Amino acid sequence: MSHDDMDKIRQGKKEWEECSSNVKERPNKFMTVSSVPIKALYTPEDTEGISFQDDLNFPGYYPYTRGVQPNMYRGRLWTMRQFAGFATAKESNERYKYLLSQGQTGLSVAFDMPTIMGYDSDHPRSFGEVGRVGVAIDSLDDMETLFSDIPLDRITTSMTINAPAAVLWCLYIATAEKQGISSHKLGGTIQNDILKEYIAQKSWIFPPEPSLRLITDIFAFSSQHVPKWNTVSISGYHIREAGSTAVQELAFTLADGFAYVEAGIKAGLDVDSFAPRLSFFFNAHIDFFEEIAKYRAARRIWAKRMKEKYGAKDERSLLLRFHTQTAGCSLTAQQPENNIVRTAYEALGAVLGGTQSLHTNSMDEVMALPTEKAVRIALRTQQIIAEETGVANTIDPLAGSYFVEALTNQMEQETEKYFERIDHFGGVLAAIDEGFFQQEIADAAYRYQREIEKKERIIVGVNDYVTQEKPPVDLLKIDPQIEEEQKQRVRSVREKRDNIVCTNRLEALRKAAGTTENLIPLILDAVKVYATEGEIIQVLREVFGEYKEKPIF
Amino acid sequence: MNTARKIRVLVAKPGLDGHDRGAKVVARALRDAGMEVVYTGLHQTPEQVVEAAIQEDVDMVGLSILSGAHLTIFPRICELLKENGAEDIMVMGGGIIPDDDMQELLANGHAQALFTPGTVTADIINWIHEAMKDRLS
Amino acid sequence: MYDKVIEGVLNKDRRMVARAISLIENNDNGRTKILSEIYPHTGNAYVIGITGAPGAGKSSLVDCLLSTLRQQGLSVGVIAVDPTSPFTGGAILGDRIRMQEHALDKEVFIRSMGTRGSLGGLSRATKEAVQVLDAAGKDVIIIETVGVGQSEVDIIKYADTTIVVLTPAGGDSVQTIKAGIMEIADIFIVNKSDLPGADRTASEISMMLDLGGSLREWRPSIVRTITLDGSGITDMHKAIFEHRDFLENSGHLQKVRKERIRRDIIDLIEYRIKSTVWEQISGSEEFDLLTNQIMSRETDPYTAAAQILTGINLDKCKV
Repeated sequence: MSHDDMDKIRQGKKEWEECSSNVKERPNKFMTVSSVPIKALYTPEDTEGISFQDDLNFPGYYPYTRGVQPNMYRGRLWTMRQFAGFATAKESNERYKYLLSQGQTGLSVAFDMPTIMGYDSDHPRSFGEVGRVGVAIDSLDDMETLFSDIPLDRITTSMTINAPAAVLWCLYIATAEKQGISSHKLGGTIQNDILKEYIAQKSWIFPPEPSLRLITDIFAFSSQHVPKWNTVSISGYHIREAGSTAVQELAFTLADGFAYVEAGIKAGLDVDSFAPRLSFFFNAHIDFFEEIAKYRAARRIWAKRMKEKYGAKDERSLLLRFHTQTAGCSLTAQQPENNIVRTAYEALGAVLGGTQSLHTNSMDEVMALPTEKAVRIALRTQQIIAEETGVANTIDPLAGSYFVEALTNQMEQETEKYFERIDHFGGVLAAIDEGFFQQEIADAAYRYQREIEKKERIIVGVNDYVTQEKPPVDLLKIDPQIEEEQKQRVRSVREKRDNIVCTNRLEALRKAAGTTENLIPLILDAVKVYATEGEIIQVLREVFGEYKEKPIF
Repeated sequence: MNTARKIRVLVAKPGLDGHDRGAKVVARALRDAGMEVVYTGLHQTPEQVVEAAIQEDVDMVGLSILSGAHLTIFPRICELLKENGAEDIMVMGGGIIPDDDMQELLANGHAQALFTPGTVTADIINWIHEAMKDRLS
Repeated sequence: MYDKVIEGVLNKDRRMVARAISLIENNDNGRTKILSEIYPHTGNAYVIGITGAPGAGKSSLVDCLLSTLRQQGLSVGVIAVDPTSPFTGGAILGDRIRMQEHALDKEVFIRSMGTRGSLGGLSRATKEAVQVLDAAGKDVIIIETVGVGQSEVDIIKYADTTIVVLTPAGGDSVQTIKAGIMEIADIFIVNKSDLPGADRTASEISMMLDLGGSLREWRPSIVRTITLDGSGITDMHKAIFEHRDFLENSGHLQKVRKERIRRDIIDLIEYRIKSTVWEQISGSEEFDLLTNQIMSRETDPYTAAAQILTGINLDKCKV
């Protein structure tokens, strides 16, 4: 744009400001869900200095602001991947087969808390929690049941598992082997992002150092034997759910990502040998434009740093590919049907932001695990976006919007500021140890709650537009009997297997854990002879120790 | 010296889930309402929670459970309080708890009050003040 | 009711121990009765104070120390003090988080306390809570201070062994650490010793002790610890018992405790006189009048104080 044009715009804006200042504004605070103030109008002034070539470019071209593939959804739609799992492997297997029959294109496994924390179902700590928030997996026996009649070379599977990710991954590989499928053909993702556990979700087992070692062991094993696997899904989702702002989600997640890159390099791996297998997982919150700007900024920041700071040469190392889940924390127990609407807008934001796969929450998830009907509506929401709204016809349709580009830039700048603060601590691990992230998130969560209570922020059905209603009765119930059944199952596995071989393999693992040897082959050996998850984790816990949290409020 | 009687509340996260956003927001709100809040941290067994409640001589225990284990954990905690002669310690809770289960827990006296997502902290504070009226007078 | 509490404390009933501490902390009417009746049963516990800046790792050290003391078969009480908000009067007491592994050990009793407006210092209630735990048969009592303000220095009034925790973090030189705190330590802990600068911190402490000369018979030991992997914890444990042996063998322990009792008596007298005087003058017309007269320079504070005192009835504090 020429200087003359800009001058005209400035002049025009002045006139408009005078004119609009005579009209009274609503008393609201005009801010995003992250409390970022938003102007009444964005103009070319706000996008001055943006270069199409350097900052946006074409989709599939550096710095990938507009998308990681040249043709985006015109080539292939995003993967519709609904997170599911409950009760026992048998029940979950039936739900998976149902979802696949309904047109879902990838599986996403939710595990129960004992599995997530590395306890077998019959451990005293598991009391009351077996099969509650996901499926209970204790041994290879359960994993075989979970994927029975589902050919693992024809689907991709995402597993939401972190501290014990190595064990569950080995169980998956062993299950495939039993189906006669080579690990080279397996595709999918393990979340395996332990840093965000210390920061936000708090399902940790070991201290950070040995946890990172397990992750780099996975990097190394994957590059040799499971080349199509996404070895980490670096997750902002849980950071956001814990109460962070959009910028915090972006900055902390990317900082975690770079920390894994540094860990891999430090472990002696070539950056391009593992970076292409890193993927991301973001939240889709309710503030439409802020979220879209977040995804666009994420791609740009990742590409630039990977190239400039970490010297990645392979183009695939520069691509930030991500899964998205709509925001569980935006759902309300009041008037739950409204959650369908919230989820639809959030999903639309994720699609306009160029996500590679998407989970849409069910309306009843704020009260219990979703019913089949609620899951179907959630999946249909994605299908309506894909097939009816027309938003998948063109690529990055919001590019060039003064507002969206300005917001994208602002996101990038604020993220860089956080990077500086993290560097000042001496990196992500040091900042975790000082409680930096935890405090930032706790403060943001508390501020958000205060805004709602002071009615500076309106949540429909919660602090305004409230109706008296009867709570829904049609919720999914987990039979308490399931816990007993699962306990029996794991006990009978322990009785039936060859316990001498099993003990020997566990001892071999214990020995190796004290060295720098790659532990994945040893874990794989152990799961194949039906060593349980709890037994393997216990061996590692004894060698590595347990993490203890910092008191932060 | 200001040593007036203060309401003491133990905020605990029993069970294995680590979602502590709600527990921490509530802890801060109670502090800002002038209460003393003892926080036990994550991944606590019912036994640990009850023992802490006794040693800290709290007026009430607030449990945050999002893992679906509420129907086992609340009764267990009440049972342990009773075993230790501490049934005067009140129990309240919050988290992802279906309405049916809430009614069941309240009816059986396994909790004196339960708060679901979307509750404003002022309601929790008001409830505590109301419940504490007799003790403080 | 108070008899039941007292009996419970002496019988090591955890519920009653906890209740006794609350009653004392709340300045309940039964406070004096409880304290004086349990007093004959106190004096057996060894008291360790741990102080140091927030974030230095005090709670983690207490947690580690709990383990070693328990291995030795000693029963332990912990009093962990956190700051009370001066604005709301509320507090979040989070020190337990680090010690919850010991929660189910019946020989361990952990109590969190807020400073409750006692100007950041270790409140009188803390000292009295020590007496309750002492009477309840604890062998060792650990006080973990807030780590800011006067409490750091106050700790020596109650503790037999005072531990000052420092970290190499932030590159702060020992020189910059507040004067006063360095003098109270019987043991220095350089925690987070895996961080760069640990050597420097340790040698700076040592140099400072050299400069201080040999005024004290006990030269404080310097122990390096890493709570994450437990290194140095046995050394810390050893250092505590060496100091204890020194106190006992040199007769210092008797001397210090006697001095402590004298101060306690004086404190109590002071406190009772103060509150008696305050009860009688607060809100009195004479007090208001004199204040105004001082403002307008009709009289002076010295004359006014003397005049008020003539009208005070001190008999009331004698009961």
